[in-house]
Amino acid sequence: MKFLRQFAARIVGQSIRIFARAITAVRADWQGIEPVPKQRVYFANHTSNGDMPMIWACLPPAMRRTVRPVAAADYWLKNKIRAFVGPEVFNCVLVDRRPEVKDKPMDKIIAALDEGSSLIIFPEGNRNMTEDPLLPFKAGLYNMGVARPDVDLVPTWVANLNTIMPKGEVIPLPLICTVTFGAPIHVQDGESKDDFLRRASDALVALAPNVPS
Amino acid sequence: MSTTVNDILLLAFASFGILVTMTFVGEVLRAKLAPGEVNPVLDTYMTRVQSWWGMVAFIGLALLMGKIGVMVLFAFASFAALREFLTLTTKAQADHMSLALAFFVVLPLQYVFVGFGLDRLYTVFIPVYAFLLLPIVSALRGNAERYLIRVAETQWGLMIAVFCVSHVPALMTIDIAGYAGREVLMIAFLVIVVQLGDLLEYFFGRRIGKTRIAPGLSPKTWEGVICGVVCAMLIGALINWTTPFGVFGAMAMAGLASTVGMFGSLVFAAIKRDRGVKDWSHLIPGQGGFVDQLDSVIFAAPIFYHVTKYFYG
Repeated sequence: MKFLRQFAARIVGQSIRIFARAITAVRADWQGIEPVPKQRVYFANHTSNGDMPMIWACLPPAMRRTVRPVAAADYWLKNKIRAFVGPEVFNCVLVDRRPEVKDKPMDKIIAALDEGSSLIIFPEGNRNMTEDPLLPFKAGLYNMGVARPDVDLVPTWVANLNTIMPKGEVIPLPLICTVTFGAPIHVQDGESKDDFLRRASDALVALAPNVPS
Repeated sequence: MSTTVNDILLLAFASFGILVTMTFVGEVLRAKLAPGEVNPVLDTYMTRVQSWWGMVAFIGLALLMGKIGVMVLFAFASFAALREFLTLTTKAQADHMSLALAFFVVLPLQYVFVGFGLDRLYTVFIPVYAFLLLPIVSALRGNAERYLIRVAETQWGLMIAVFCVSHVPALMTIDIAGYAGREVLMIAFLVIVVQLGDLLEYFFGRRIGKTRIAPGLSPKTWEGVICGVVCAMLIGALINWTTPFGVFGAMAMAGLASTVGMFGSLVFAAIKRDRGVKDWSHLIPGQGGFVDQLDSVIFAAPIFYHVTKYFYG
């Protein structure tokens, strides 16, 4: 049974990847780093529910197998299909954002890093519905950088997805989506949380292509 | 085997002959490099030759499969071109429905009309119906910000990527006395003269080009363009047996298509410069996007179609 579920997860994963490629011709643009299987935290802008599958789909297979998106448990456990796709296809690290639970998100994230996984996180916390390029970052990225200073924090810009699949629309538009990976950053000695988060946010915005939307 | 199939195979083998020569020359040059030496011009050339192998194979197969093959190939090319074009245009969420209609209704319908040879529909469908109806769909959402730019750019994308591209397979629907069953060869003629003309324009432009046509826009020179068009005419004369035009007619048509195509690619260079991109996309290794590869054919197709229909149809 377990074997069957794993097999199904692979099939679903491949289908998502092929669908993403066929519709958006999604492409990875490695500007600041090489696509090598090294432990990294990819932090990305968040405008659409398609962001995470796009980043996942454009990673080379060896890197896709070791990467774990950090995602909200309330979203991915809402129904049986999501509960299969989130944890088993994407191998998500599910975190509970409610303050009253004992299971702290950062503990699970650090545990995943200590297992050697790379992570995909969206430091804005929520989907950005504003005209601004990014919402203010939450502290999580800084805490990861302090707790595990050897891990590369890689800014990852997903272009165009807010036009391909804006909130409230049903049909995705087949426009070209580019995922740009920038040069990795680290928390510097004595750098304050706010300074670091501002630097991280600037590094991410700098990757946005200059195309009218 | 019918003579049409024979002729397609002959053209395919001739193209393969040219490609084998080009690949051979590239490999010899590569073998002459000192160990560890890198030559970016040669690498670009070799990736381009590889892409051309793919193109010749795809177009050759599509032509051999006949009408259906050609329709599917060009419908796919239209889809890829429209995707590249609309990725760079101005749009708002208010246009979501009209853009979805452009991709999933207008594009397939245009190819259905071409496939059934309904020329009174496919020549007016996009310039009249899509032109008038899609802006209504966008206007209904009530967002006036940059409205004219948004709808105008969408219409431009449809005209270029769907209307113009679909006029390549539409060549098969023209009734020409004594040419029945061979229409598919006219597509090969158009693509061959325009693409080889471009290639030779590039070659001669590099060798003897001095006077830029549009400095700051494109490296194209008058010398290169004139040589390219003359070569396209000679190639047209050489393969005039694929057309109903006769030797001189084929030369004139090749010259016309090649000239329009070369100035067409200037138009695309201006659009790319305006949007600050070097290529339309990354889908064809070494060449950029589908629009980069097809720009001259896209521009030449409707005029080639119309002149053929006017004088020979």
